[in-house]
Amino acid sequence: MPVVVKIPTILRRHVGDQPVVEGEGATLREVLEDLDRRYPGIKRSIVTDDGDLHRFVNLYVNDEDVRYLGSLDTKVEQGDTVSILPAVAGGF
Amino acid sequence: MSGFGFTEEQVLRYSRHIILPKIGGAGQRKLLDAKVLCVGAGGLGSPVAMYLAAAGVGTLGILDFDRVDLTNLQRQLLHDTDDVGRPKVESAAERINGINPDVNVINHDTVLNSENAFEILEPYDIVVDGTDNFPVRYLVNDATQMLGKPLVYGSIFQFDGQASVFMPGQGVPCYRCLFPEPPPPGTVPSCAEGGVFGVLPGIIGTVQAIEAIKLIIGIGEPLIGRLLLFDALDMEFTTVKLRWDPDCPVCGKHPTVTELIDYDMFCGLPSGRPPLEAEHGVATTVEA
Repeated sequence: MPVVVKIPTILRRHVGDQPVVEGEGATLREVLEDLDRRYPGIKRSIVTDDGDLHRFVNLYVNDEDVRYLGSLDTKVEQGDTVSILPAVAGGF
Repeated sequence: MSGFGFTEEQVLRYSRHIILPKIGGAGQRKLLDAKVLCVGAGGLGSPVAMYLAAAGVGTLGILDFDRVDLTNLQRQLLHDTDDVGRPKVESAAERINGINPDVNVINHDTVLNSENAFEILEPYDIVVDGTDNFPVRYLVNDATQMLGKPLVYGSIFQFDGQASVFMPGQGVPCYRCLFPEPPPPGTVPSCAEGGVFGVLPGIIGTVQAIEAIKLIIGIGEPLIGRLLLFDALDMEFTTVKLRWDPDCPVCGKHPTVTELIDYDMFCGLPSGRPPLEAEHGVATTVEA
């Protein structure tokens, strides 16, 4: 069941410069693993070696922060949109 | 407009606000009495300062230690070609008073740090964050939380931007509820490498100016508890929910950050580290 994953500019080079990709899986973790099979390297940008979310990256399923849903074990369904939000400091 | 103490010129200058039902004479008076500090006179600070000046915000503090560089002019509309080499606070003050001589501009030609932050921020009603680095972002967030002042946040990278409003106190989120700690040095690509689309700060800074004005007048629904995400390439605005984190180190139930911190300035990778955000994460910074 594909979910839509929106890729921020900084990570698009992992996915052939696409702004949006589709991923398969019942949970967020499965979706990221699915993406990583096709786009190696993307998971490490989001998940630590211990399997947790990096503290300076937030993930949203639709408009909800997954830290308040179940983190990487959050269930996803067809039609859900996953957004990846890295900390960004620029202003000048 | 008796009762609001406007001059004849002000009645004309602000007439399009004064006839707006949600602003009116009372709202315009609030703008003229307001004191806003703009941290950074760069890409975000330019539209913030110029629109707040035009709107008649009575006191505008401009904080920036930098001098105008030719590479700034692709996006920083506060400064002219002739200003290259001048302190940014000086060219900013000139531009602001050129737009509206009503505005009392206060120059802070300095670097914000844990020593001076409280003293500088204290006189202002609202702080607008237009900085270009993590250390000052965390400093401004923590200081506004501790002083009990609203913070209008904006950030940009390449073609993506974010904006939000952080109110002080428990129950509403701050920047640390979103990102509890700055990313470790070495996880960010170099500043020059990052690059920024010149018009992007125009969008995000203008959103920040709107939010500041809404807070001053008390109208509409500010971006409190919401994070606005803008993608210039797809031309898409989305908002996601921001929640107060009871474990937030600054505004949580048991704060662990109780005084201001000077994080090490970093912009780019320490030597010997691979230039690879994928190694550790994706946090990014853009410099002037």
